[in-house]
This record gives sequence, structure tokens and C-alpha cells, in this order.
Amino acid sequence: MTFQEIAAIFIVLAPGIAAVVAGLGQRFLGDKGSMAITTTLVVSAAVLAAYLFFNQVFGPHGEHGAHATTIVLSRWFDVSTFVVDWAIRLDSLSITMLFVVTSVSALVHIYSIGYMADDPHRARFFAYLSLFTFAMLMLVTADNFIQLFFGWEGVGLASYLLIGFWYKKPSANAAAIKAFVVNRVGDFGFALGFMALVFMIQPAAGVDYAAMGIHHFSSVGFDTVFNVIVNNAPVLVGGSGAPVAIQDVTFDFLGLHVWGLEVVGVLLFIGAMGKSAQFFLHTWLPDAMEGPTPVSALIHAATMVTAGVFLVCRCSYLYEHTVVAANMITIIGAVTCFFAATIGLAQNDIKRVVAYSTCSQLGYMFFAAGVGAYEAAMFHLFTHAFFKALLFLSAGSVIHGMHHEQDMRNMGGLRKKMPLTWAMMLIGTLALTGVGIPAVQGLHIGFAGFFSKDAIIESAFASPDTYGQLAFWLSIGAAFLTSFYSWRLMFMTFEGKTRADHHTYDHAHDPPLVMAVPLIVLSIGAVLAGIVFYDAMVDHHEAAFWGGAIYNAPENHVLHDRHEVPLWVLLAPAACWIGGLLFAVIFYLMAPSIPRKMARNGGPMHSFLSHKWYFDEIYNFVFVKGTALLGDVFWKIGDKKIIDGLGPDGVTGVAKASAGGLSKLHTGYIFHYAFVVLISAVVFVAFVLLGQGR
Amino acid sequence: MAGLPILSITIFIPLVGALLILGFRMVGGANVASSASKGIALLTSLVALVASLIALSSFDAAKVGYQFVESVPWFGGSSYKLGVDGMSIALIVLTTALTPLCVLQSATSIKDRLAEYMICFLVLETLMIGVFCALDLVLFYVFFEGGLIPMFLIIGVWGGKNKLYAAFKFFLYTLLGSLLLLAALVYMSITAGTTDVVVLQNGLHPVTGALLFPPEVQTWLWLAFFASFAVKLPMWPVHTWLPDAHVEAPTAGSVVLAAVLLKMGGYGFLRFSLPIFPEASLLFQPLMFALSVIAIVYASLVAFRQTDIKKLVAYSSVAHMGFVTLGIFAFNEIGIQGAIFQMISHGIISGALFFSVGVIYDRMHTRDIAFYGGLVHRMPVYAALFMLFSMANVGLPGTSGFVGEILTMVGGFQASTWAAAGAALGVIFSAVYMLTLYRRVVFGEMTNEKLFDIKDVTALEFFILGLLAISALAFGVFPGLIFDLTKGSTLEVLRMIGQ
Repeated sequence: MTFQEIAAIFIVLAPGIAAVVAGLGQRFLGDKGSMAITTTLVVSAAVLAAYLFFNQVFGPHGEHGAHATTIVLSRWFDVSTFVVDWAIRLDSLSITMLFVVTSVSALVHIYSIGYMADDPHRARFFAYLSLFTFAMLMLVTADNFIQLFFGWEGVGLASYLLIGFWYKKPSANAAAIKAFVVNRVGDFGFALGFMALVFMIQPAAGVDYAAMGIHHFSSVGFDTVFNVIVNNAPVLVGGSGAPVAIQDVTFDFLGLHVWGLEVVGVLLFIGAMGKSAQFFLHTWLPDAMEGPTPVSALIHAATMVTAGVFLVCRCSYLYEHTVVAANMITIIGAVTCFFAATIGLAQNDIKRVVAYSTCSQLGYMFFAAGVGAYEAAMFHLFTHAFFKALLFLSAGSVIHGMHHEQDMRNMGGLRKKMPLTWAMMLIGTLALTGVGIPAVQGLHIGFAGFFSKDAIIESAFASPDTYGQLAFWLSIGAAFLTSFYSWRLMFMTFEGKTRADHHTYDHAHDPPLVMAVPLIVLSIGAVLAGIVFYDAMVDHHEAAFWGGAIYNAPENHVLHDRHEVPLWVLLAPAACWIGGLLFAVIFYLMAPSIPRKMARNGGPMHSFLSHKWYFDEIYNFVFVKGTALLGDVFWKIGDKKIIDGLGPDGVTGVAKASAGGLSKLHTGYIFHYAFVVLISAVVFVAFVLLGQGR
Repeated sequence: MAGLPILSITIFIPLVGALLILGFRMVGGANVASSASKGIALLTSLVALVASLIALSSFDAAKVGYQFVESVPWFGGSSYKLGVDGMSIALIVLTTALTPLCVLQSATSIKDRLAEYMICFLVLETLMIGVFCALDLVLFYVFFEGGLIPMFLIIGVWGGKNKLYAAFKFFLYTLLGSLLLLAALVYMSITAGTTDVVVLQNGLHPVTGALLFPPEVQTWLWLAFFASFAVKLPMWPVHTWLPDAHVEAPTAGSVVLAAVLLKMGGYGFLRFSLPIFPEASLLFQPLMFALSVIAIVYASLVAFRQTDIKKLVAYSSVAHMGFVTLGIFAFNEIGIQGAIFQMISHGIISGALFFSVGVIYDRMHTRDIAFYGGLVHRMPVYAALFMLFSMANVGLPGTSGFVGEILTMVGGFQASTWAAAGAALGVIFSAVYMLTLYRRVVFGEMTNEKLFDIKDVTALEFFILGLLAISALAFGVFPGLIFDLTKGSTLEVLRMIGQ
């Protein structure tokens, strides 16, 4: 076993062990012991993951991601072609994710030591954090769809537990359940997606799959599925009939005759929409802010919610061979990036603003993948993890310093009280809004988000896809809105005269060192993650870096074509952030009475936005009430009136009428039964004997 | 060991225990018998467990066909014939492993007529093991129907307020099923001249070599068997006896009912309906799919609206049994392996859930969801265990619940995308009702004063729930432990239906 492999096993398992030890042993370890164990193990994992990642980026070329290493830990399923291993797959995709997940997780662990210092259930909290980290690592290192699904639902569980961590709060409980259930709606799609894969990808006799690099045929293994697709190998759909080349497979799905790969692509993406809070399935994410803020930073900004993006990028082999599914990703991503940004304009809860911003940025990542720029999507995922975690933890710092005040209307003027927090939030905002100098005159510098977001916007413009232009324009609009609401947040929180009550304001303070250090480390990431890794991830060396982990079809040149876009496309994002900043300065620094008047007078637009496009109201009416109603109808009418009424109760009624009372039956029910069995036996023997006699 | 009739030994050990207790009862009186019954019942159920484990360890999963076969001619064409394959031995061990836990639980929670109760329980164990061993239809019928009598008594004597209504409903449904099954049995016995399951599965007349049951006859016989197994499973729409039976039954009665008795229906389909009536089984696939999906969706939605914890779990059982029939009638390896696994897994998880309900019922004597709330503040260990079982019940990957659900759906997808999609819908609803239950019982503020002094799990409860928790996780991570055992049975069933 190489050092890389041993390190990878440690990275994945250490947080799992930490969770079990801290979770089961909290009585013996106490809060301090649990925190020490979980934090130490996760930080060690992060150090090793950083080593693997930097080695992957800067190491000798031989170690670049051209081929994947898979470490098989144990067999999980072995039923027909449903063959699944517990495994760790190492390639550039998973190593990048290992680094992102463990580093943010380690920082959040450290930060939480300060943030949760007064909580009586810290041991449980840290156990959940580590459990989450473990599940997320299992997700990103899976070598098959089922282990990925294990991690996928595992992070869902951890998210549920952490959102509802303060289980006394009814709103936290409700938000936790909502998150789990909405994710399950997405998982419905995900599960049907891999069911369709098993249905389609059955080996045909006489085909040399080994020659395509498939050594163990598994209908849900990445190696099998992706190699079958890219080689357009013949498969036996449903295990019978004549072999058909995979790209030509069609079958009947829910009454529709569909292309096999398209339907798999759409179904898996529905899963991604749930996990990554995309349009229609986004409603759980803002509510998830009920959880402690470090949780929001780790799970609902940097890592878990990006799992959907990771899934799509992992399946580049699939989406490069679909049209409908890829277009769907582009459209949903583009709509989400714009729609979430509009809602962000009208929110007053500091965490919710950042949450909608996350939703919006995830939209960027998706449409990037939809137009074929998976590398840009991953790059944005990477940079976003740092600056969004920074923004959330800074927001946490504000909340911490303000005695759990989250409403920005009760803030203002905090810059003097918490200069460090202000500086950190400022760096996060500069990174999020994409401040930088476009590469017009050869000089190409800026904050992290500048590199990744602009790469996405350019790719959308350069894409020949039908919906590339739609995505481009929506993303330009969203960039403007992002800048506006981000600066609005900055100004409402830190500038002007304070609107906080005296006591709170006087006691407002910067966070202690244990919280400040993670902020500073993340701020370094928010500044440098773009400029340092731009070349490896989306520019000259992207092919060498990603290797076989991401597949681009021969006709897909979007990453190269984005360099050919007209000048105004390069300048447009910069215009957006400047414009957004200017508007925010006017509305929130110079004339704060205007937005206040707008909010007070309402107007349909304002209430539409502050009610978040009325999604919750509609869903509540249709789904929540509908489910309850249907349940009641089935139970009270179906079971009680119809089935029981015609069945046992009806018979009872007849028996009552004929036997002169139920009591008579009751007294002897056991004996009746025994009697029936006895009579049955007698009748049986009689019949058999008769039969023998014939 | 080779010469020993290990199956007969396993079957009759509990009966010996029951007779011993009966002896104490008659000689020593109620008090002596009551205290002696605890030790005797525990000991005999443990010996039965050991016997079944011996059988399991000498079972050769690689061999095709039935093993440990014992056969003694009886009357007519029937005989006392026993034998097991991988599927049945797995179900036997499930039974023998759960019974000692039930005995332990009952010993502390049953206050009234304990000796009689233990007698019922041990007799029930004998009959349950017998069901899974019988290789003769008449013998099967005796065990299958006989098992209802002790269950009936357990509900009727040690049950709750509405026990009479529940027992009566149980009686009506099972009566319907068993009469039809009996009629079919008589016909088959006369036609074939034997009730030997191996001969019947072969499908040819033992003397003439002619086809035993032509397709149109199969249809009728299949329906008769279906009536009996569908009630037992239970399938929609003959499921309404189950919630009532569960609500009234004492804890251990519910555990055995959910964990073992329901499995007899699924076992019946796999052992008899599919192999003996292959054409009819294929013919009725759409019906079975429709009923499976209705059961899953309908029961999940009804579960969501329940106010009684046990009723909720009972409806959840109906939904989970829908996966079993879905997998069986997919007629492929993945589906059937999944269905067998689902039966074992549901045995563990539903058993654990009913034990969990029993923990708080023993303390508060109510199953009303609204009564509880905020238990986590006083019962953190209980809260953690109950969370694990809830997650297993909603099929979280890593627990055994996931394995069965996902395989039956994957298998079902091959036969009908509608069925798979419908079942997957149920997976969403399961999260809704289970998490809502958990929130209302365990989370939130503790507002009911009566709960303020509630104690966390005792050492015994922790032992029982802990064992089940470990099993649910172990089989979730290493399901191969069961697949290896049941693969042979699955392939045999598929061979017999010509798939």
C-alpha cells in the first residue's frame, strides 16, 4: 500500500471513528474530551488531505489525475449485477473534495469550540459534526452510485440532526424534518436513476468488457457505467433480448418511451436538485438556518449542498452524452442563480441572506456543468467553499457578539465594535461578488470568486448549447443582484448609526481567538484560492489536472472557447459588481430611508420577494395539507368505513343480527377458532381417505 | 451431529419447556409456576437458539435443495416431513433469536398469569419454527394455522382494553384465509396423491409423470393460497386486523407478530405459490404489483395520521411488507434476494420498534403520541436508540432497512417502472411519518408533568435494544451474511418458475 492510500483511508475513517467515540463515549470523555478527540482527528485528516491535494496539483506529472486509484475496503452488495464495494476512489475530483471537506470541517470544529462554549450538549454537537464529515467523505470517495447514496443520505441524516440540534425549539424541529423530507424527494429521483442503470446496464454475451477497462461488471459501479457509456458498448436491456449499444437504448419509463441515458441523467439530477437546493426543491435551505451557525457554514454552504454539483461533475461521462438532461441542468441552474438572488434582496435575517446567496451560487455551478464546463463548476465549488464558509462564520461571529441577534434591522454601526469581523466579512464579500481585474491587458488578479465566477459566465456565453445564452444573461443579472444584496448586508450590519439596543451594542465584541483563527485561515483561502488554482483547474493545465476524473466529449471546447469571447463579456461581471455596490451605497449609506419606506409600503413586488415567491405557502397547501388529507381519507374512509365496514364490522353486524348478540361470539372466540381448525382437519382427513379409496 | 434430527429437536425444545411449566403449574400452583416459568422459558428458548445455530453452522449454503430432511409417513399421502433451505434457516434463526428477548422482556412486564403466558409463548415458538421447517403441505397447515391459537390467546388474555374486538377481527380474517387454503389443499392432495412439497414443486405427478396442475387450475389454487398468505402478510385491503391486533397485544406479542408471524405470508409465496403455481404467479404479477404499491403508499399515508404509536408502527409494517411482495413478484434474483432480506430486516427493525414502544408503555401505560414529548431530556440513551431504529425504518443506507427496500425496488424496476416509482414514493412518506413521530415523542420541550420522573432504559432494556441495534447495523453494512445463505433458495425459486 502506498502512502497515498494509507493517508486516504485515514482521512475517510478518522472522522467516523471520532463520531463513534465522541457519540458513545461522551459520558466518560466529557465535553472537553469529546471536543479534543473529534477536533484532533479531523484536523489530522485535513492536514493529510491538504498534502494529497497539493501533491495532486503541484506534484510530478505522473501523479496527476489521469488514472484513478481505488482502494476496496469490503464488499457491500453482491447480488446478480448489483455489485457494490465499500471503497475509496482517489482521483482529482475526490482529492479536491477531500481537501475542501476536511479543511472546512477542521476549521469549523475549531471555531465551534468557541461558538458553542456555553452549550450543555457540546459532546453531541461535535459527534454530529464528525459524523457529517465522515458521511461526506464516503460520498466523495465512492466508486459506485450506491456508496455515494450512502454518503448522500448520511449527510442528510447529519444535517437533520444538526438543524434540529436545539431540539427544544419547535421551529428547529420543523426545519430539520423539512430538510430531510425535501431531500428525500430528490432522493426519490436519485434512487430511480440508479434503478434505471441496473435495468439498462446488463452484460451482453460475447462483448469484451475487459478491453474497455471494466474488470468487475457492476451495473452501478462508476468504472462499468462510465466505460460502457464512453465506449458505446452493447448492453442487454432488462437482461433479455438483443444487445443494444448503450447510447441507443430506449425503454418505457412510466408510460413514456424514453432514451435510457437521458432518463438516468434527469433522475440523478433530481437528486442533485434536492441536495443542492435548486429551484423547486430549494425551500429547505433557508429554514435550515435554524441550526447553529457553524453548521450552516460547514453543511449548508461549503460542503453538503455542493454534493449535487459534485454528482453532476462525477457523471460528466453521462451528461456529455445527454442533451435533454444537460439542458435541464443549465436551465434549472440558471433560473436558481437568478431567482435566489432576487429573494436575497428582501431578507432581513443575516443568515438567510447568506443562505439565498449560497443557493444562487450553486445555480452558477450547475449551469456551468450543464453547458459542459464541469471544470469551472468544480473550481467555483472549490473557491466558494472558502469564501462562503468565511461569510457564514463571520455572520456567526456577529451573532455571537450580539447575543444571538440575527435581524439586520437591529444591527448597524458594528464596524467599530468588531473590526476583525468586519474585515473578514469584507474579504468574503469581495470574493463573493467577484472583485478583480479582468484579463484584458495581461494582468489578471482578483479575489477567489472573481476567477471562478467569471470563468463560468464566460463559459455560458461561449457555449453553443441552446440555453447557454439564457444562462449567461440570468447569471449577469444575478451577479448584479449578488453585489447589491452583499453590500446591503455589509452596510446594514456594520455601517451607519446602530439600531441595536444600548445594552447589546455596548457589549458587542469581536470573537475570541479560537474563533478568529479559523476566520483568518478562511480569509486567506478567499483571497488566494482563485489566483493560485486557476491555471490547474480551468486554464492551461486543466486537462492534466483533472485527467480521467472529468470527461469532455471531443466536440466540447467550451473551456477553450471562453477565451474567445468579446471584450464586453469580460467586462460585464465587473460592471455588475460595481453597479450593485453603487446602488447599495445609495440605498443603504446615503438614503437609507428609501428602502425602509419601500419595505413599509409593501407593494406586490416587495411582498412577492419577502415571501420568497410564495413557494412555502403553495407547497404547504398542496403537499403538506394534501398528504394529511389523503392520509385521513385513506384511514377514516378507506380503512374504517369501506374495508372494515364491509369486512369484519359488517360481518359482525350480520352475526349480531343472526346470533342475537355479539357477546355470544366474544365469549367463545378462541374456542370457535380452535373448533374451526379441528373441523378443518377432520374434513381434510375425510377427503383424503375418500380420495385414497377411489 | 449428522444423525440427529436437528430440526425436530429445535422445534420441540420450546414445547418441552411449555410442558415443564405446565407441570409446575399443576403441581406447585400459580406462584411457584410463575417464578419457575421465567427460568424455564428463558432456558428452553436459549437451548432452542443454540440448536438452531448448530443447524445453521452445519448448513451447507453451496448445496442445492433441502437439508436436514426428516420424513416419517403419516396418513394418506402426507408425512411428517421437515427440511430447510437457506431462506428457511434464516427465518428460523430470526425466530429463535427473538424469542429469548421476548421472554426476558415479558418476565418483567407481564404481571398477570405469567406461567400461562410463557406456556403460550413457547408453544407459539414451536409452531413458528415448524412453519419454516415443514416440507409437507398438511404439516405446514397444522403449524401455520395452529400458530394462531397461542397468538390469539396472547392478545385475548393479556391484551389491552379492546382486546376482544381485535381478537375477533383477527379471527375473521384468518378464518377466511385458512378455509380457502384448506380447500385448495384437499384438491391438491387428491389430485397428486401426496402433499409432499418437493413433489408438488416438481410439478409432475409422482406416478404418471403428467403435469399436475394445468394453468387454469393453477389460477384457482393460486388464489386460494393467496387469500391465506395475503391476510397473514398482510396485504392491502386485508390489512386492517393488524393495527388493532398490535395495539391490543402485549409488547412481546407485538414483537413476535410483526417480526415473525407476518413473514409466514412472504415465506408462503416463495415456498409454495411461486414454485407450485408458476404460470399463475406470472399471470398475477400485475395484481401483486398493484397491491404492493397501494400497500406501500396507502399505509404510509395512513401511518402519518395516527395518534397511537403502536398503530403507526403497525401501518408502517404494512407498508414494509409491500416491499416484500414487490420483490418476490419481480421474478428476478435482485428482487427475491431483496424480499427475503427485507423479511429478516423488518423482523429486526419492527421488533426493535415494538420493544421501544414497550419501554415507554411499561412506564406510562399509554401509547398516545400526544401524551409524550421531550423524552430526550430524561431518556437520552433511549432517544439515541429510538433514533437509530427510526432511521433503519426509513431505510437509511448503512442500516438493514435500506438493503431490503432498495433491492426490492431495483428488482421491481426491471419488471415495472410504475411499481418501482410507486414504492419509491413510499420511501418519501416513511420519512414523513417516522420523523414526525420522533419529533412528537422524543424532541421538543417536556410539558407533561407526568413525564418528569420518567427513567431512562434499564440494563435489561438496553441489552435487548442494543443487540437489535447492532444487528440492524451489521446486516446493513454486511448484508452478504444473509445473501450468501439465501442465494441458493432464490435461484431455486427462479428455476422453478422458469425465469
